Amino acid sequence: MKGLRIIVLAKQVPDTRNVGKDAMKADGTVNRAALPAIFNPEDLNALELALRLKESVPGSTVSILTMGPGRAAEIIREGLYRGADSGYLLTDRAFAGSDTLATSYALAQTIRELGEVDLIVAGRQAIDGDTAQVGPQVAEKLGLPQITYVEEVTKVEKTKITVRRRLDNGVETVKAPFPLLLTVNGSAPECRSRNARLLMKYKHARTVTERQEATEDYTNLYDSRPFLNIPEITVRDIKAEADQLGLTGSPTKVKKIDNVVLAAKDAKVLNAADEGISDLMRELIESHVIG
Amino acid sequence: MNNIFVYCEIEDGVVADVSLELLTKGRSLANELKCQLEAVVIGSGLSGAEKQIFPYGADVVHIADDARLYPYTTLPHSSILIKLFSEEKPQIALMGATPIGRDLGPRVSSALHSGLTADCTSLEIGEHEDKKAGKVYENLLYQIRPAFGGNIIATIINPDCRPQMATVREGVMRKTIVNPNHAGKVNKLDVPKYVSDTEFIVEVIDRHLEKKKVNIKGASVVVAGGYGVGSKENFKLLHELATVLGGEVGASRAAVDAGYAEHDRQIGQTGVTVRPKLYIACGISGQVQHRAGMEESAQIISINTDPEAPINAIADYVIIGDISEIVPKMIKYYKLNTK
Repeated sequence: MKGLRIIVLAKQVPDTRNVGKDAMKADGTVNRAALPAIFNPEDLNALELALRLKESVPGSTVSILTMGPGRAAEIIREGLYRGADSGYLLTDRAFAGSDTLATSYALAQTIRELGEVDLIVAGRQAIDGDTAQVGPQVAEKLGLPQITYVEEVTKVEKTKITVRRRLDNGVETVKAPFPLLLTVNGSAPECRSRNARLLMKYKHARTVTERQEATEDYTNLYDSRPFLNIPEITVRDIKAEADQLGLTGSPTKVKKIDNVVLAAKDAKVLNAADEGISDLMRELIESHVIG
Repeated sequence: MNNIFVYCEIEDGVVADVSLELLTKGRSLANELKCQLEAVVIGSGLSGAEKQIFPYGADVVHIADDARLYPYTTLPHSSILIKLFSEEKPQIALMGATPIGRDLGPRVSSALHSGLTADCTSLEIGEHEDKKAGKVYENLLYQIRPAFGGNIIATIINPDCRPQMATVREGVMRKTIVNPNHAGKVNKLDVPKYVSDTEFIVEVIDRHLEKKKVNIKGASVVVAGGYGVGSKENFKLLHELATVLGGEVGASRAAVDAGYAEHDRQIGQTGVTVRPKLYIACGISGQVQHRAGMEESAQIISINTDPEAPINAIADYVIIGDISEIVPKMIKYYKLNTK
């Protein structure tokens, strides 16, 4: 069978799993600078699934597509170090304030521009929003079938793919024709680590903007090694209707943000001393909370 | 027209709890908005399904019954909802934040260009003033959920697009029968009008569904562990305490991510919501997503080495110290005091 053209949708996210005390400013707002930016964990599972498919179907290619600010190029390099063939950064101020629907629209329009695709793979959800919406919405915009919660590809045939899904209460095996979109669950195999050879090959991979901002001049390098150029795609490069983008294109609006204020109860504070714990257990038994 | 719709999941002829919980919430929202509550059931062999739904106050149940509609696949179910919603123009559409609802909801919202908020922990009706446009919106659905790693609580609205869509996890809302004898209208959908044959291209080859092994939702005592428990080994202590107290073991997301506990024990916004008589939080810092799943517990004990842990603020008892020392003492003194 001919090789598959695979696009992995990936997102750079603040690492909300490791929120320290300095993550909140004194005024109660989020201090984004204090949170490291990482490759969204389930998007790494998606990348691994794509790389395994590439290995099992000779001639396949894996490209990463990410939408975000300039620094999101970091995760494209991460992907290249792990075995992706290329990456695209979709970046424009016009996308600012996008909800999941406006994001999906921009991604779908970009995928159309990238030409024929057999398979789109994305993480099930991103840890900064946990919505799990962008994958299915991209599929809908492109008119493709979708399979969510994928854990493993069990079979690839010329026109069809069979996968196992991990649901809350079990597993399901599903077969669907190409082209389609998969979202990959965190229970799927972890992504391989960086490959030393690929790290050397791609460590100077940059977007145009990054090259302009760089202090060292590697111009000749990019002429002789075109694979080091990470294409930047802006709103001008995709056929997009302005009213579908950014804040305007987002049906959901944030009405308000509340900081988490804990109404402090008058808690009884104990230590590990035997007497206090004995009293506590007796109190709970006597009040029929336990026992 | 402009009613509230709830997509009801059904498996083995039984309507899912989360759907009944949403019908209950939908009923109270419909009363507030003075509109009707309508349910949608899609599947196979559904005769009589409406009898499970009417007691929760649905005025209309739409039923799409066709052998090909079970088990669930994305395209036929979304196609039915998209067409039905285009005809009926609901103002609000709710579904469970389950593998099905989270597969279906975004697809439908994309096709209708309507906003969708995932994993809401509260739904309210309220107004909104858009000062820039000089417009006041009344009777909007406030879709409230923790965001950004649980450091903030966001209220999301969809001022201009309908339906206003939201998903909610099982156990977040309570289910209450309004009237066991209530009967509304049944609307049997002509399935071929809503789905074309070409939409049955995804084939479910095999399914292995298990009944839930862990029942933390129904437990009267929950002993929950967080990342602070430190290891899978230490989690055994929590199991011992839970067994002695006749309860179940729960876990925070961080503990599940670290592999200390199974996924179906996860409590919080992205797990199960519990309301036990006693909740013992061991080594749990208490981020808002976790608290969303347990703060209605009748009594809360927090065991933590950190006196400043956020969870201590909502606890009735705070024990400062190490789990490996305190939990065995709790077991010991429980046994001594019940003898």
